Amino acid sequence: MRNAFIEELVYLAHQHPHIALIVGDLGYSVVEPFADSFPDRFINAGVAEQNMTGLAAGMASEGYHVFTYSIANFPTFRCAEQIRNDIDYHQLPVTVVSVGGGLAYGALGYSHHAVQDYALMRSFPNMLIAAPGDPMEVRACMRYLIQNPQPSYLRLGKAGEPCFHTQVPTIHPGRWLSVIQAKEAIEKPSTFLTTGATLAIAAEWLKNTPYKNHSVHSLPLWGMSNKSMQAAQFHPFSAVESVEDHLMDGGFGSWLMESVVTHKESLTKLDIYSLSADVCNLVGSQTLLNQYGGLVPKKK
Amino acid sequence: MTDTIELARHIRIHALHMVHRAKASHIASALSISDIVAVLYGKVLHINPAEPNFIDRDRFILSKGHACVAVYAALAECGFLKTEDLLTYGQENSVLMNHISHKVPGVEFSTGSLGHGLPFGTGKALIAQRRRAPWRTFVLLSDGELAEGSNWEAMLFAAHHHLDNLVAIIDYNKLQSLTTVADTLGIEPLHDKLTAFGWSVREVDGHNHGALIDALNNTPWQKGKPSILIAHTTKGKGVSYMENKVEWHYRTPNIDQLAQALTELQ
Repeated sequence: MRNAFIEELVYLAHQHPHIALIVGDLGYSVVEPFADSFPDRFINAGVAEQNMTGLAAGMASEGYHVFTYSIANFPTFRCAEQIRNDIDYHQLPVTVVSVGGGLAYGALGYSHHAVQDYALMRSFPNMLIAAPGDPMEVRACMRYLIQNPQPSYLRLGKAGEPCFHTQVPTIHPGRWLSVIQAKEAIEKPSTFLTTGATLAIAAEWLKNTPYKNHSVHSLPLWGMSNKSMQAAQFHPFSAVESVEDHLMDGGFGSWLMESVVTHKESLTKLDIYSLSADVCNLVGSQTLLNQYGGLVPKKK
Repeated sequence: MTDTIELARHIRIHALHMVHRAKASHIASALSISDIVAVLYGKVLHINPAEPNFIDRDRFILSKGHACVAVYAALAECGFLKTEDLLTYGQENSVLMNHISHKVPGVEFSTGSLGHGLPFGTGKALIAQRRRAPWRTFVLLSDGELAEGSNWEAMLFAAHHHLDNLVAIIDYNKLQSLTTVADTLGIEPLHDKLTAFGWSVREVDGHNHGALIDALNNTPWQKGKPSILIAHTTKGKGVSYMENKVEWHYRTPNIDQLAQALTELQ
């Protein structure tokens, strides 16, 4: 995903001279294509994320679309108030980019586990969360954000994620994107609804019973302002099972639950796959930690 | 030519009325910067009330947003606001919030939480440098605010990138929320610290208009270095019973205290 991000950023920056990239002294062997192509629009702000974020807001207030880039919690929690006050409140076009969403850096310990970031970002009224499920969705998110500059959070996985789309899909905030159709057409199918890199997990679960006739949808763009769109999208389904590599508290499934809380018919269809807080005390590979955290098919 | 001493007197009078009417805090912080703000708006900033966002304006950021009444008053005196708009300060749904708000014409940036103004202003200065734009960015900070680490991050950055179009002013009144700066988290030797961070440093009496005008109209003091002015001030300046009294960080003048303050400012 991070390579798709930088390729797309370089592609877009050739067309948009107001795109800038600030890194917090991270991105070795990732960000060089941008830095080499646009040295005047690339800044390494050093290990100083609060300044990086305030700086980005100041630049954005002068007409730039600024991407801040770092790992896991560094560009988010470390500078949460700069995101809240400087970016979100002033509605400035800064895209906070976090690489290593979820447990992608599982072996590096709790400091590098990004399992509360949705909770932070979805508490900001103007923030659009971009959590692509594969490299094609990364490109789709980037194109949307450049066309619609606003406070935004781009949550990337790491590297090596499989592609589920054959071309860059067209996406809209709050609208579910069909990724894998059910094998057999039935009147009220069930679906997984994923955000972020858990798209691959849901796709894998389709190989197992009782999910073999599920479809998979992805929701790569969402936020506080898209809640009212959710209930209607439950209608075609008998069950909607959300999947995320984030704690339930403040997460994607909780956001869906809040979105349909006054729509009992939709609410009763919702089941949530998310991470248990137990995972916060564990270190290991992303695959293993996701399983320990509860991202395994439930017995039906 | 603007009489900045008279402008500062008007700023103080407006500030006292606003804080009294709204039963608000921070009057002493506003009085502390009234001369600095008067000099900025009267003699330094290249701004135009008829076109608050014109591209080549100087950018001014009040990082100590709690002292906003001084800036709102200056904006009214300069024509960005109507004087009667000041009456809405602190009222329900007013854009004139109790911490400075970008919803007010002429205000670049909302603050209130300390340590945000300098990084933001640094971003603006960086863009001006890269565009070779003629305008400067001014950021006014408090002394207690220097305990926020984000300021020092921004100082490192601005010096590293040679942002000599950036000017920071420290309102060094030596009092903060509960007691003195020295007894809270000492910042001395401040001049040496700032110099060591790569900034060009000057010190002035923050109530001496001539010294302020001279310093602020002649930046950069050293080519390739951002400028930082340590303005030695008195918290509550101009109202005898407020001067150097920590409680006036919070207290609101009652009607009798307001009258006394206004008499002293005649």
